[in-house]
Amino acid sequence: MSYIALKMLFGDRAKYLMLLCGLSFSVMLTVQQGSIFWGLMRWSHSGITNINAPIWVTDPNINQVEEVKPLADTTLTRVRSVSGVEWAVPLYKGVLRARLADGNYQQISMVGLDAATLLGRPAVTLEGRIEDLRTPDAVAPDQWAVDRLGGPEKIKIGTVFEINDRKARVVAIVETQKGFQNIPFVYTTYDRALGYSPSERRKLSYVLAKPLPGVPPDEVATRITAETGLGAFTAEQFGWKTIVWMLKNTGIGVNFGTTIVLGFIVGMAIAGQTFYLFTIENLKQFGALKAMGTSIGTIARMILLQSFTVGVISYGVGVGLATGFGAITARGGRLPFVETWQLLAVVFVGLVGICSLASAISIRKLARLEPAIVFRG
Amino acid sequence: MPAVATINGAHLPVAVKVRGVYKSFGEGQARVPALKGVDLDVLLGEVLLLVGPSGSGKTTLLSVIAGILDTDEGEVDVLGTPVPQLTPDDKTRFRRDNLGFIFQQFNLLPTLTAAENAAVPLIIRGLPRSQAIEKAASTMGELGLEDRIDFLPSKLSGGQQQRVAIARALVGEPRLILCDEPTANLDAETGGKAMELLRRVGKRPDRAMIVVTHDSRIFEFGDRVVRLEDGRIEQVKQNHRRDDP
Repeated sequence: MSYIALKMLFGDRAKYLMLLCGLSFSVMLTVQQGSIFWGLMRWSHSGITNINAPIWVTDPNINQVEEVKPLADTTLTRVRSVSGVEWAVPLYKGVLRARLADGNYQQISMVGLDAATLLGRPAVTLEGRIEDLRTPDAVAPDQWAVDRLGGPEKIKIGTVFEINDRKARVVAIVETQKGFQNIPFVYTTYDRALGYSPSERRKLSYVLAKPLPGVPPDEVATRITAETGLGAFTAEQFGWKTIVWMLKNTGIGVNFGTTIVLGFIVGMAIAGQTFYLFTIENLKQFGALKAMGTSIGTIARMILLQSFTVGVISYGVGVGLATGFGAITARGGRLPFVETWQLLAVVFVGLVGICSLASAISIRKLARLEPAIVFRG
Repeated sequence: MPAVATINGAHLPVAVKVRGVYKSFGEGQARVPALKGVDLDVLLGEVLLLVGPSGSGKTTLLSVIAGILDTDEGEVDVLGTPVPQLTPDDKTRFRRDNLGFIFQQFNLLPTLTAAENAAVPLIIRGLPRSQAIEKAASTMGELGLEDRIDFLPSKLSGGQQQRVAIARALVGEPRLILCDEPTANLDAETGGKAMELLRRVGKRPDRAMIVVTHDSRIFEFGDRVVRLEDGRIEQVKQNHRRDDP
């Protein structure tokens, strides 16, 4: 009977394509919007992931990574004195202005690394040597900064420009993940970054720390907080803190959440309704099958097979379209698009749910169907 | 064990025995009686025509015999089985294993080929698809449809569709065939040919056929014509056909 069920499904091309389009579009919209949403959330804490330090120490009232609350210089030694800390280094983060040779200005997010260790440096160096940051006036812009500051023809190894009226010389070009605010990163040493930044009483943005081998980062973070009164978070905790703040304080969560939920509900509801109508339109045929001795169990299996077949095909088409969209538009990380297996799993479960619901309603209708309807003209 | 009826002094095996059957639809004031104490015997080897005006209870009686509708009162014995006493699942199995159906609207599945449509009763019984279609194609050959095996119903004429429906009813070699207005959607000539074919291919000593119709043009194709009116059997007429033994 599976053969008959599938021929009933595929044989009626118009209805099948309508079902396929409805479900595929719904899946595509949900996966695409969900991936952009999660991409934005990734961008929101790229300041943390680009640095890749296990523990971040900062003001206890900090909300998110881009909201720098400068610390006293003595904070560094206080953190280093906490038991379980293997090393602790200073980090500068601040938004400054770069002046280009043509007189234009561009905002940059300056990151000052500990000169001795360069801990927190980007994982990938596209051109030059990151170690050359220790040479005078050296800076390492990321690939986005290169674009913003005039492109690869203007910004290359050896190019000189100004940051806050001070000379900056490109010694390396690094690769980073874009930031939520879309301000490109420029790396230098901590002391040089302080020189570029406007004068303030406190300039230490963060202390980065690593626990001793075998000591969990969250335990060391708790110890740092207990012993110094500072805010200490593991990279994961700080990342989630940033994401939660973004969701609460920007319209992103509501806007994307609404689009995703509405897209999913509307698409699935239309698809569910179409599938139900598909069953209703075949009511006489199912009635004939019932009259000829097909059990309701067999009819239920036929309905489920039809429903899940169109569901799985639509899922493949929808995910394929969304992935294609992501591959084309977000190539090289230009747009936020992160397709996670968790998102795909949630969409699949939702799809299975709506297919099951549509099947259940159809089966209920068919279970109550009097096969005698086939004897009525 | 099929019952035996005595007709004109002869003891004949009975395929369907209906005794004192009442059936109503609706409740209370809206209750409409459809069958009012029907008694009927349908013999094995017989083609019985149930005729009468619309609303006389013909289709209701057919549905009761098929085990599709329950009776309010009375006995229905089909091929030795008291159908109303079966569970719904057993009724479904009984229909699958013993009955063949021809519907007024044919009810062919539009996305299956003619042979696949004719094979449906065998597929329902669990026969492998290729074997079922092979046997259906052979039955269609007997009905002169050997060149229409792979056609979709939409590509067939009304008469051809009806012949596919006849093939579907016969393919499982049922012992009772129930036909509901089989010529209602056909013109007089095509309807007559379809009935002639049904009688020629379908009539067997171990099988009974009940044909519900109000088409007087096909009354001649029945061995007996039973007239229902207002839920009661009003008249039974014996036909003497040339092809009778």
